[in-house]
Amino acid sequence: MTSRRQIRVGKSWLSPSEAEKALREAIRVQKEEERQHGDDHHHQGFIKTYIFSTDHKWIGIQYAITALLFLLFGFCLMLIMRWQLAFPGSPLPFLAGLLGEARAPGGILLPEAYNELGAMHGTIMVFLAIVPLAVGAFGNYLVPLQIGAPDMAFPKLNMMSYWVYAAGGAIMLLSFLVPAGAAQSGWTSYPPLSVIASAGQTWWLVGMIFLITSSLLGSVNFLVTIIQLRAPGLTFMKLPFFVWAQFVTAFLLLLAFPPLEAAGIMQLMDRVMDTSFFMPSGLIVGGQIVEAAGGGSPVLWQHLFWFLAHPEVYVLILPALGIVAEVIANNTRKPLWGYRAMVYATIFLGFMSFVVWAHHMFLTGMGTTISAFFQTTTMIISIPSVIILTSLFLSLWGSSMRFNTPMLFALAFLPMFGIGGLTGLPLGLAAADIHLHDTYYVIGHFHYVVAPGTIFAMMAGIYFWYPKVTGRKMNEKLGKIHFWLSLVFINVIFAPMFIQGLAGISRRLYDGGDQYAHAHPVLKTNIPMSYAAWLLLLAQIPFIINFFGSIKWGEKVGSNPWDATTMEWAATTSPPLAHGNFAEIPVVHRGPYEYNAPGTTAERDFIPQHAADPETPDGGFFPEQAVAKQEA
Amino acid sequence: MEIPYTIHARPDTGLYNGKLGIWLFLASEVMLFGALFSSLILLRTGAESWPAGWERLNVPLATLNTFILIGSSVTVILSWANLRLGDFRKAKIYLGITLLCGLGFMVIKAIEYGSKFSHNYYPSTDTFYSVYYMMTGLHGLHVLGGMVVFAYLLGPGAKMWASEPDRYTNRVEVTGLYWHFVDLVWIFLFPILYLL
Amino acid sequence: MREFLESYMPTNASAHGPALDNLTVLIHWVMAVLFVGWSLYFIYVLYRFSASRNPRASYEGSKSHVHSYAEVGVAVVEVVLLIGFSIPLWSRWITPDQGSKPPLEIRVVSEQFAWNVHYPGPDGRFGRTDINLVSASNPLGIDPTDPNAADDFNSVNQLHLEVDRPVVIRLTAKDVIHSFALPVMRVKQDAIPGMEIPVYFTPVKTNNGEVWEIACAQLCGLGHYRMRGSMTVHTAEGFQEWLASQAPVPEVDATTAPPTGVTEPVVEAPPQPVA
Ligand code: HEA
Ligand code: HEA
Ligand code: CUA
Ligand SMILES: [Cu+2]
Repeated sequence: MTSRRQIRVGKSWLSPSEAEKALREAIRVQKEEERQHGDDHHHQGFIKTYIFSTDHKWIGIQYAITALLFLLFGFCLMLIMRWQLAFPGSPLPFLAGLLGEARAPGGILLPEAYNELGAMHGTIMVFLAIVPLAVGAFGNYLVPLQIGAPDMAFPKLNMMSYWVYAAGGAIMLLSFLVPAGAAQSGWTSYPPLSVIASAGQTWWLVGMIFLITSSLLGSVNFLVTIIQLRAPGLTFMKLPFFVWAQFVTAFLLLLAFPPLEAAGIMQLMDRVMDTSFFMPSGLIVGGQIVEAAGGGSPVLWQHLFWFLAHPEVYVLILPALGIVAEVIANNTRKPLWGYRAMVYATIFLGFMSFVVWAHHMFLTGMGTTISAFFQTTTMIISIPSVIILTSLFLSLWGSSMRFNTPMLFALAFLPMFGIGGLTGLPLGLAAADIHLHDTYYVIGHFHYVVAPGTIFAMMAGIYFWYPKVTGRKMNEKLGKIHFWLSLVFINVIFAPMFIQGLAGISRRLYDGGDQYAHAHPVLKTNIPMSYAAWLLLLAQIPFIINFFGSIKWGEKVGSNPWDATTMEWAATTSPPLAHGNFAEIPVVHRGPYEYNAPGTTAERDFIPQHAADPETPDGGFFPEQAVAKQEA
Repeated sequence: MEIPYTIHARPDTGLYNGKLGIWLFLASEVMLFGALFSSLILLRTGAESWPAGWERLNVPLATLNTFILIGSSVTVILSWANLRLGDFRKAKIYLGITLLCGLGFMVIKAIEYGSKFSHNYYPSTDTFYSVYYMMTGLHGLHVLGGMVVFAYLLGPGAKMWASEPDRYTNRVEVTGLYWHFVDLVWIFLFPILYLL
Repeated sequence: MREFLESYMPTNASAHGPALDNLTVLIHWVMAVLFVGWSLYFIYVLYRFSASRNPRASYEGSKSHVHSYAEVGVAVVEVVLLIGFSIPLWSRWITPDQGSKPPLEIRVVSEQFAWNVHYPGPDGRFGRTDINLVSASNPLGIDPTDPNAADDFNSVNQLHLEVDRPVVIRLTAKDVIHSFALPVMRVKQDAIPGMEIPVYFTPVKTNNGEVWEIACAQLCGLGHYRMRGSMTVHTAEGFQEWLASQAPVPEVDATTAPPTGVTEPVVEAPPQPVA
């Protein structure tokens, strides 16, 4: 069967294997030329190729590895906290050695250490793990390939954003070593607490300013790339949904981060120059009157912070939705249902996410009008999410699903994000939020969206594009083990949080609420939750083995192992050409998801975006049909 | 493989990459200063008493600075225009003047700060001074940034004129756009801090 | 659903509480319907449209319009919940409760890591406070020279209320942001230094045996987890007995500075009959 398949390379028609050869030949020739021009990457020496590389693909890989390590690190911080939550005050012998006597004398975690771990877990997961993975890694690697561009618009800038990010990460890590440890005021860093906090907070602020700068450089780069470097014929409405998601995400980063940068600068000044931007008059800390000019406003920080942090949460979810959409379209073998609706919904989501921020601040003394405004916008913003999710669900109708590992993760994402999203609604209704605010219900809500939501989408993406990056598939058996275990454990961790929240257990409690009588009826749940968390770590071992092992032992595959239509697969080799991505810049003829379109055959049920029309004399993507016509 | 539209505009967007890039960057700058201005408004309306800027700050010096900056915005355009006409000599002169204006602005700012310090008015004195130092300081950093780029374009960067004149012209244009923005921020800062 | 949720939620002992829980129950019904509905669809689709059962996918896909009804339905329900419930409930939440009895006014000043409760005493007037007077023996810095202060008294981590009597709590903080939560009253309000935010509610039940608590809901430092207070709701008689048993503010010794400098505004409360 497959022998009848033909692929167009340049002008001629070849069988897949020949096409493969031809393309690799193209690479060789190109390398040859580059060598003559002397501008060959691989002859710029190790440093320029692997460390200060300007190739978007390698930068993407750098982002991926760094972010995954931070993800693991952030997870491990939480695993320590989960012990304290499950068994408050009971020693964990090796902790003293791990964290030092100062944090865990005799292996008993101290409250300040708990707060430190909590704040850094949040910061690392959001700013150092998920965003760099979703945008820095997936975006960098795939966007230029999917739009048929030779690279990002500003390769040097691209390299810079990675290294500024790395520096920010290093600062965050080093802050664990400063006296009294890293930041302890939560990832939200509310003043005055954060202003009177120990030195770690200053490091946190400096680190954040680096991370923000990195994101700003990155987002400019993405926007210019997507607007300017689209291949001929690739109109906006022909973009793969993933690119759209990255496009809106980049806008969110570009416009939402600066206010936090401003706020960060002000908090930094409050700490090091004794200004009082966020310090009201007449503070008494520990019986001592605070020597500060006063006159500042603690709530101002919250406004600036949430003005970023709400759009930020959509930065966490949009690329995930993009990945899921790609994986689902490919494995259902049919176009996304309601592609346009999804695109418009995403744009609308982007706009709305700038006017909902104060739903995190309902209890800071808000009048009816303001709370009504933010409740309404919050309800409005849930609609586009509903539309996107509905479209993804309906895309499954009439499909022909392949249940490979990437697809399993993508499918699991849907209900998980659904649960997370739905539990956002009670929080969005101010009156219901009175009881639920700052309880574990909130923790449950957003973990369902970011952990079994975003993390699962990231996993789907890793399993799906791994062959693109390495030319080999990851092992399916290990993948399925990884999936099923993760799915079970992660739900055991987060589902009980809703119950704890309804019981009124506050978040960020060192003993998980052990002090409180009203917590006791449901406190037992912490023990299975913690066990599940530790087992979840074990469940990642097959993945880690798979991830590194498959580089060497993974099954070798062709350029387009998933029979995909988008150009990163169909128009270049896997792995792609070292420098320039494409043998020749492809010309786009059609939408991104032409699976089982009219004219396709059972053997070849897809038409790549860049393939010529079947109607053309030479049969375009279906030469054998043209031949048949002529014979008839 | 070359990255397209680094020098010449993409037909359907009418922009070359650098120009689009700077516009987007400026959009984020608008958000940055927008946040600072709204913070100022919030702090000011929240305070029980707020001093009038002209009582505390040196308005004549600031006015002078305003004219210097506006002037520099003009010279940077002239410089770019001359590059378009291919007159590199004139362009360099105007670019030089722009750089000097920036320098003059910073010197005057330094004098202003100095006199404040000598009277023991520090950022920590009260919220007014916190805001004053923070916003003028941040703006000053932007001016400094612009000056560095101009210095580069006049010095080591000037070689590019010989090899790729269009690209060099673009760089001047893009830096000019940034410079106009810095100028614009000052035109908002001046009345809000000094006059109100 | 109600039974399910309330089996986990704490007792509901305030006048406005049931209305809030009502909203919580309603929205969870909406969520349940969406979740179950979509889950059933999801499971069916996974079964029906696997590659083995449906070898060739359809290019057009679903043509039904049920989904748009669902979407419109979600929107409509959200509007109803907003206009019909959440917004009115909120305006009720921030306006004083009207009760048969005159409201009981209390100041709660939170600090790391305790709740200082300031009672105006029989005269119903709070004495003026001055941060320069704050000391271990006088955590609120009440000025004993102020006549209004003569009968004031304060307690730490102990909130005593009278059943069916509206309460007005004037909430603020000394140092950092705390959040004053009374789970059984469905009350939660951030306590923000430099701001004084009133909290209105009416207890409608007495503890009778149950332990009712003040919880801190906002991270406020290393003692956040133990910033716990207790709340007792007395019967009318019980409340008077308790009032009688309270001693006024201790005289501050001469060493503390005379009242000068920054002062908090005196909070006027309507004078009320001394029972
Ligand atoms: C990716 C991250 C993400 C996403 C997507 C969301 C999405 C939403 N969030 Fe969430 N949120 C956070 C991350 C996120 N949130 C974080 C991190 C916090 C806490 C920050 C902190 O305090 O530390 C938070 C906190 C938070 C609060 C503040 C709570 C409090 O502190 O008291 C509120 C209140 O309105 C809220 C609301 C919402 C709403 C209405 C949505 C909506 O967009 C959701 C819309 C989606 C749906 C409505 C789903 C629709 C589903 C279907 C139609 C079908 C379902 C089908 C099946 C289940 C099979 N969120
Ligand atoms: C994107 C954001 C994100 C993510 C993904 C997570 C993931 C997790 N989080 Fe958390 N969390 C936050 C953001 C996030 N979190 C924030 C913002 C807070 C609030 C902080 C504050 O109070 O200020 C918080 C708080 C928080 C709390 C509450 C603490 C408290 O209030 O006292 C808890 C409690 O259980 C928790 C648990 C978890 C768990 C068990 C996971 C798990 O889901 C983790 C799952 C992780 C993995 C499965 C790792 C997979 C990694 C690999 C496989 C690496 C492989 C490596 C290579 C191949 C090189 N988190
Ligand atoms: Cu006080 Cu938390
Ligand atoms: Cu939000």
